[in-house]
Amino acid sequence: MQRQESTAAPTGSSPGRLGALLLLADPRLPTGAHAHSGGVEAAVRAGRVRDTAELAQFLTGRLHTAGLTAAGLAAAAATADGDAQRLRELDAEADARTPSAAARATSRKLGRQLLRAAAALWPGPELRALTAADPQQPVGPHQPVVLGAVAGLAGLTATEAAGLAAYESVNGPAAAGVRLLGLDPYEVAAVLAQLTPQVDELAAAAVRAVERGELPASGSPLLEIYAEQHAARKGRLFAS
Amino acid sequence: MHGDHVDLHQAPARHSYQAAPARALRIGLGGPVGSGKTATVAALCRELRGELSLAVVTNDIYTTEDAEFLLRNAVLPPERITAVETGCCPHTAIRDDIAANLDAVEELERSLGAVDLVLIESGGDNLTATFSRGLVDHQIFVIDVSGGDKIPRKGGPGVTSADLLVVNKTDLAPLVGADLGVMARDAKAQRDALPTVFTSLTAPDGIAPVVGWVREQVARWRSR
Repeated sequence: MQRQESTAAPTGSSPGRLGALLLLADPRLPTGAHAHSGGVEAAVRAGRVRDTAELAQFLTGRLHTAGLTAAGLAAAAATADGDAQRLRELDAEADARTPSAAARATSRKLGRQLLRAAAALWPGPELRALTAADPQQPVGPHQPVVLGAVAGLAGLTATEAAGLAAYESVNGPAAAGVRLLGLDPYEVAAVLAQLTPQVDELAAAAVRAVERGELPASGSPLLEIYAEQHAARKGRLFAS
Repeated sequence: MHGDHVDLHQAPARHSYQAAPARALRIGLGGPVGSGKTATVAALCRELRGELSLAVVTNDIYTTEDAEFLLRNAVLPPERITAVETGCCPHTAIRDDIAANLDAVEELERSLGAVDLVLIESGGDNLTATFSRGLVDHQIFVIDVSGGDKIPRKGGPGVTSADLLVVNKTDLAPLVGADLGVMARDAKAQRDALPTVFTSLTAPDGIAPVVGWVREQVARWRSR
């Protein structure tokens, strides 16, 4: 892993940087994300997502709420330069932005699993700042904080980290929609393609907010309610 | 009933992202839907819980179906059984992206203390589903005679490469017209030196051949 000595944003000269970006964006990276629908399963069961058009609406809403919040946290973590205190603060900020206990637990589980993958990919002491202080309570840091920190350590810019978080907020749920409803995968991929300009805009907006010393806090009450409903339901296909 | 000895070589991992210096032996059980994976896990637990500290991770289509079967039959206390969701892709969770299963195994080892053996039961899948070597040390593939006596000949990674092939429900062979001799011969041809056992879990001590094989693996793991 290439560690930037300066706090200035990398300019693209970092060896392996593009590869690292692609690797972190690859849904086949073993992070356990494949078993999470991001609320799509609950929305399908509630009868609110029934076809590609409704999935597109769901994903747009998710991108602009949970996606923007995650992008802000990832951008901030990417520029934390591995500072353990700053990462703990961001983790608390993530908690404060996630009212549902079930959603918080999911985010920490995914964070822990991403950390496991990152530690295998890029072994080194830098990631230790992210591990829980008490090994007997391995709840793990929130996923967007881990994603941002790992991206930063891999030499990615804050905008790239934010873009990763924003894109991940919709690509996994889109795949879940394909599996749950038997949707045409080309049509769903086209929905993701149509959202890409918004991914760029949100990533840029998240970075601007972080540069102002702010963190986006776009709430999505229905996603939080879905998270609680899903966790309480017996007979789930997806973990969230 | 459960092993309460403290064995330093079986101490749980302290960090979930680090390789543990010592940990429980992990055995995966895969195989097609309905072949008797859960019944095999239950029978193994009944036989081995008096001599080993056990834990089980299940991967079912709907989260808790298999875990609840094990709980209903009280083969292990609830804190020793964890169910993992697989997002409609049971083979992905045991082969391509093992994160949630590893997480569950390590959490069991952390919360229970010394664990000797973790059994990981896959969701019912097809003949191509196998466990990643990053998740399990050994794997058992369970098929049954009612699936047709051609299954060993058809092969597939589960049949050809599993460390133990279990051909279950031999009591049904006369009823479904399955020729156990043909299945044994084909399994031998597909698997070369790898062992195959025939079981009928409805018979008294029908699980014995699998128990014997598992005991051997545990003994080898402890003396490694």
